[in-house]
Amino acid sequence: MGRYVARRLLQMIPVFFGTTLLIFAMVHLLPGDPVLAMFGDKGADPATLAAKRHELGLDKPEWQQYLFYMRDMILHLDFGTQIRNGRPVTEVLGDAFPITLQLAVLAFAIELVFGIGLGIIGGLRAGRLADNLILIFTLLIISIPVFVLGYIIKMVFAFNLGWIAPNVSTEPVLSEMLAPAIVLGGLSLAYVARLTRTSMAENLRADYMRTAVAKGLPRRRVIGVHLMRNSMIPVVTFLGTDIGALMGGAVVTEFIFNIHGVGGVIAESISRREGSTLVGLVTILVIVYLVTSLLIDLLYAVLDPRIRYA
Amino acid sequence: MRGAKSAKWVTGAIIVALAATACGGGKSDGGSDAKGAVDPNGIFSIELGEPEKPLLTGDTMESNGSAVMSGLFSTLVDYKADGSLEMINAESVTTTDSKTWTVKLKPGWTFHDGTPVTSKSYVDAWNWNASLKNAQGLASWFADIKGYDKVHPDAEGAKQAADKLEGLKVVDETTFKIELSKAVPYFGHKLAYIVFAPMAESFYKDPIAGGQKPVGNGPYKFKTWDHKKKIEITRFDGYKGPNKAKNGGVLFKNYTTVEAAYEDLKSGNVDVLRTIGPKDLPVYRQDLGDRAVDQAYSAIQTVAVAFYADQWKKPKPIDPRVIQGLSMAIDRATITKTVLNGTREPATGWVAKGVLGYQPNAAGDVTTFNPAKAKELIKAGGGVPGNKISIQFNADGGHKEWVDAVCNSIQQATTVQCVGDGKPDFQADLQARKTKQVKSFYRSGWVLDYPVNANFISDLFRTGAAGNQGDFSNKELDAKIAKADSAATLDDSVKAYQAIEKDLINYMPSIPLWYYKVNAGYSEKVSGVAYGQDGDPILTGVEVKK
Repeated sequence: MGRYVARRLLQMIPVFFGTTLLIFAMVHLLPGDPVLAMFGDKGADPATLAAKRHELGLDKPEWQQYLFYMRDMILHLDFGTQIRNGRPVTEVLGDAFPITLQLAVLAFAIELVFGIGLGIIGGLRAGRLADNLILIFTLLIISIPVFVLGYIIKMVFAFNLGWIAPNVSTEPVLSEMLAPAIVLGGLSLAYVARLTRTSMAENLRADYMRTAVAKGLPRRRVIGVHLMRNSMIPVVTFLGTDIGALMGGAVVTEFIFNIHGVGGVIAESISRREGSTLVGLVTILVIVYLVTSLLIDLLYAVLDPRIRYA
Repeated sequence: MRGAKSAKWVTGAIIVALAATACGGGKSDGGSDAKGAVDPNGIFSIELGEPEKPLLTGDTMESNGSAVMSGLFSTLVDYKADGSLEMINAESVTTTDSKTWTVKLKPGWTFHDGTPVTSKSYVDAWNWNASLKNAQGLASWFADIKGYDKVHPDAEGAKQAADKLEGLKVVDETTFKIELSKAVPYFGHKLAYIVFAPMAESFYKDPIAGGQKPVGNGPYKFKTWDHKKKIEITRFDGYKGPNKAKNGGVLFKNYTTVEAAYEDLKSGNVDVLRTIGPKDLPVYRQDLGDRAVDQAYSAIQTVAVAFYADQWKKPKPIDPRVIQGLSMAIDRATITKTVLNGTREPATGWVAKGVLGYQPNAAGDVTTFNPAKAKELIKAGGGVPGNKISIQFNADGGHKEWVDAVCNSIQQATTVQCVGDGKPDFQADLQARKTKQVKSFYRSGWVLDYPVNANFISDLFRTGAAGNQGDFSNKELDAKIAKADSAATLDDSVKAYQAIEKDLINYMPSIPLWYYKVNAGYSEKVSGVAYGQDGDPILTGVEVKK
């Protein structure tokens, strides 16, 4: 087990370098010049542009820029500064991540509780009315684009009913995050419900289930332990990768509900060609993905006794 | 127009006009209860995006930053709606030959940290902003001043030969002289721009801190800047200028979208908006009633010709009559009303409204829709090479709709094929323009830098001018511009430029489309909200109700 974890952790190193290099190269390949765009429509003279490039270290060859950047990041945890406004990237990320994390955790909790809950109901009553209602509900959610769902929720609950404020305020409180978390978690919730339902309905017919029932175990134990544990494997896989997606993919939801999180920083950094910010962001997200996928693999062993890690 | 822009101007007359109507409105509801009474210390909030750069006088060129800076700094002069100058920090700005200018400051002014504002505060600030090593985006504003080429050579790789502008001389505590390299009749008007503001002594010790916590001399002092969330400024009680704040301070709130800000305005979480999103434009007048703002400001949208493109150059330079014809094939009135939801006003010349020297209908019938004449002119000029044009634009700026409409209009009125050439974002668009890759036409816009018509002509169409990205060049026109610039007085210069504007139809360096309007609104909590000529709200005039 220990060796397995160590090996997995070591594997993260090439992945880390590969992704940073890829993102770095991709930002530089995009058409457009971040220094030129700093001065907008009216532009600036070549000498000012050259002075600015020198100040930012953008006059060096690209491989050198990448090496310096990686050196600072690894040795000093310094992600560099933003081109446009000179703010340290660590500060920008430090501002953006907490609120996104809050949103992601809340959305994750919602999808976990309601997704699995609906899935269990559907799975146990496969083919009956409750199952069909859940099918319709989840299909509906999957087919509505996020921005439509966001505006519908705003329209109904903020403007017509007046239950919530339409936007998250400058000093966000947790209750304001509920609506965006529902919108953000909605899609995954539907997937989780579908996955849980299918895998439970399937496993209900498995041999070990028949054995458990024949042994005379109480129904709670048959379903709660024997059925659930085995049915959760695909769901856990999905949930694990979803944490990263919730954190990095909330651009639309964040814009609709006025949340100043990671999504906005990603969009802004792409349009301004802020290479260092993007690489910093992606690095953190990659680490989140890697760590969660490691945790999931370890969880498999817990869920399925047949899996052993040497 | 939330992207790149330049100048910051405040119009006195508009404040007066709106303050008067505000008083009229106040009387009727002021009688019934005390709710309409004004709280002189009230703080109001305003929607604002995150300033793109640190708050430096020499580097703030986009509208978010300049909205904050206009509250924190006061310049020597400002100008009124009729184009005449109003003294703010200056006692007087005088010249006899438009080449040597003498500035006298009002005594007793201080910065927010208590240090006095002297002529040295100005001269040092200008030298710092102009200096190449500080790489300030607005440095070229000092190009008129003698010795600029030494402090800030333009060529790539050039070395700075001096630290101080030769043309600036401190005479005493409150007097300094500016010597220009050649006469510029409208130089006094340029002085109202933020880049000419003074800076406190503490700035030079730590310019980075200065850009985060600016110390100014304006009607408001800086309080906090919580990045991407809010900026707070409070009234500076020691302010000596004529434009004292009528409120206690301003809270700039950051919104991810203009739609979100509009929703917050409706639910009372923000007081003043600077713009309304396309989604809400059709309903905002109905939603807000009297509090909806619909006002022209000094900016123009054009379709500029890429004269370096093969289409216009080979085998022979294009006949201006062809471009006149294309201009007449555009139905501006219908497009502004329908596609643009009444947010623009058809242009009738190259100089925007509200600028000194603006003349209605300067372009004559070239900007009126006339399909028959359009076809005739294009034919007379030898036709459009290839019978096909394209208009380059950036797809992230909401331009696609009107570009398509303009193309349709041209295609229907003439037989010329027209397509939009969309670049994915502003960066890619800009890159194509800078590297001279535009194939036919490109979208172009101009917001005033200083309220004189020269700004809309000389800075756009002179050979080699910074705003002349289409490489338009005409010796005759250059000579006329040089003559207008060397006119003895401001009046003469403005008149000469008016003549040049009328003459532009013979060159057609660009096709004027429409003038911009401010479409905005404010909450019931505030009154006296007015918008300056650059389209930004005038902070000091806003009154907050109790």
